[in-house]
Amino acid sequence: MNMNNTTYKVPTMAEKTAAGESPEVLFWVGCAGSFDERYKAVTLAFVKILNKVGINFAVLGEEETCTGDPARRAGNEFLFQMQAMSNIQVLDGYQVKKIVTACPHCFNTLKNEYPALGGNYEVMHHSQFLQGLINEGKIIMKGGGSFKGKKITFHDSCFLGRANNVYEAPRDVITALDMELVEMKRCRSKGLCCGAGGAQMFKEPEKGKKDINIERTEEALKTGAQTVAVGCPFCLTMMADGIKNKEKEKEVNVLDLAELIAKDQNL
Amino acid sequence: MSSLPQILFLLVLGGAGYLLYRRVSYLRQTMMLGKPASRTDNPKERWKSMALVAFGQKKMFKRLGPALLHLVIYISFVVINLEVLEFMIDGLAGTHRIFAPVLAGFYTTAMNIFEILALGVLVSCLFFLVRRNITKVPRLSSAELKGWPKLDANLILWIEILLMLAILTMNATDQLLAYRGVEKYIPLGGLWISGSLQWLFDGMSNASLLFWERFAWWFHIIGILGFAVYVTYSKHLHIFLAFPNTWYANLEPKGKMPNMDVVTREVQLMLGLQTAPSANETAPAEVGRFGAKDINDLSWVNLMNAFSCTECGRCTAECPANITGKKLSPRKIMMDTRDRAEEVSQNIKAGKKGLDDGKSLLGNYISQEEINACTSCNACVEACPINIDPLSIILEMRRYTAMEESGSPAQWNAMFQNVETSFAPWKFAPSDRFNWASEINKEAK
Repeated sequence: MNMNNTTYKVPTMAEKTAAGESPEVLFWVGCAGSFDERYKAVTLAFVKILNKVGINFAVLGEEETCTGDPARRAGNEFLFQMQAMSNIQVLDGYQVKKIVTACPHCFNTLKNEYPALGGNYEVMHHSQFLQGLINEGKIIMKGGGSFKGKKITFHDSCFLGRANNVYEAPRDVITALDMELVEMKRCRSKGLCCGAGGAQMFKEPEKGKKDINIERTEEALKTGAQTVAVGCPFCLTMMADGIKNKEKEKEVNVLDLAELIAKDQNL
Repeated sequence: MSSLPQILFLLVLGGAGYLLYRRVSYLRQTMMLGKPASRTDNPKERWKSMALVAFGQKKMFKRLGPALLHLVIYISFVVINLEVLEFMIDGLAGTHRIFAPVLAGFYTTAMNIFEILALGVLVSCLFFLVRRNITKVPRLSSAELKGWPKLDANLILWIEILLMLAILTMNATDQLLAYRGVEKYIPLGGLWISGSLQWLFDGMSNASLLFWERFAWWFHIIGILGFAVYVTYSKHLHIFLAFPNTWYANLEPKGKMPNMDVVTREVQLMLGLQTAPSANETAPAEVGRFGAKDINDLSWVNLMNAFSCTECGRCTAECPANITGKKLSPRKIMMDTRDRAEEVSQNIKAGKKGLDDGKSLLGNYISQEEINACTSCNACVEACPINIDPLSIILEMRRYTAMEESGSPAQWNAMFQNVETSFAPWKFAPSDRFNWASEINKEAK
């Protein structure tokens, strides 16, 4: 039991269907959201928000599998399509219409690449979903608290930004908090990658003079922000590693947008 | 009066036309070595994109300084070339400044505009020469530009400077001759810029002036025709190709990779989602190769991209891999693609083995190390002022490497295996996927 005395629920599609209900939106958790020790906190934060606002949602639970994005970016089209087609079978089996996910890679693949294989859904990134909840007044930011007046910077994920032109939604979420948004020099369409995209997350980088996440971390630190906000599991890992590498983890924290809201709402 | 100059002019014009025709056909054939690609959907959006990006230079303005200098040269190129029409008529008909009496006062205004633009081009080209050779802007002095690319860039700037000097010399001497009342020469009543240069020629005899005026006239027109032919051998081809290049550019979200339908058919069969095509159905076209190893595996749009590239290096300057010292440079990907396409095309023209010359784009030009370093972040695509897409070439090569050669880095092969067996890129038990949910009510706040 937490302090709000609410019991959070995480219904699965199987349960909902068995009860004859059809949820309004499917929360696609993603592999990082399911397995990554640090990033699971983001999944929990988002689920708590969904509970608090009273969204009729469900997850696939054990029926969810990798969208195939890293396989496709690394060149293995067969594996990607195997994954995609079996996921589409599951999604269509539950007659899913609307999907929200916190992972821009899942977002991009589900939204842009599944239609060619017969999977057509309305897909939203959680920043867009949260922006909607704020605009509709379903989330009213408390402000103040530990955030008040602190500097925050937002690191654009390539798969949300350049890949899909989503630049405003995450910034709208941040400005709803009582914080000062300071941009890095390379932001929005000029944002520098964290280094993990294109399946780089799953291998060591090629030989060079520096790691990409260090280059980006240095830029983030230059803003003087105490919080680096991200909207992507891989960016979160890369930026957090960079901050650790610079031994700044006591002064600067890396948080996902959902975590920022959950903190503000004391969830 | 002798019609020798007219005959000479016709010969020069015909010769240049013939050379241009041959070069354009050759370039077209070379680009058509690529696979077909359909990029004619949504024409309205395509015209709009071409108007904004190519004609309107929209993306150039991400870097203000060079954008302004480039804009001056671009506008001047379009405007000053209007004068070429008069050159053509004068050259063929043996007239002199045929539009001057017709347009009267407006002619002088037009000439003054041309001269101001010519001066603008001179100044811009000098700035560009300084940026390339003295201050050495990093993206303009990288290793991949050594040799011909660097010489090509400098030659273009010098040719443009000489062409502009020819215009000013021509006008200065022309007006001195008119002032002295020499037959055929028409006083235009004040050309500001060439007028201020007249002191250079003041002491000359009429005969010397006539020589300089004619020399500058011929130099300018032959220079322009020669430059037009030169451009087809040069990175400067972007002055024409920027337009079709933006028209045929990808309109889909940048994150979307094109689906490989050949693979879809096979996967559907494997998953039992579709039965084998019946006898009366036409069998799918010959599969060929998965992904791209050489230029014929790429699309003609990829190849047009390569010939449109003017090697400005904005892509490479934004590439996270390149910035952090990796070998990958998106500009080099485009230059290699063009160089290999030319090699194959020349091979074919010479009756040699063409594509089967024992070489390939991936391997002989582009290395695995380069394509493996890409984060598919689309910074290069976003940065390109004419919407070239280096990423699509890189991703096609990764497809070839993974599916035809199983040559992906070991860690990627391990990731593939994890996705296959654990349905996640990491090695976790699929049955643990939903364990996170049990933690939600445990957390002490």
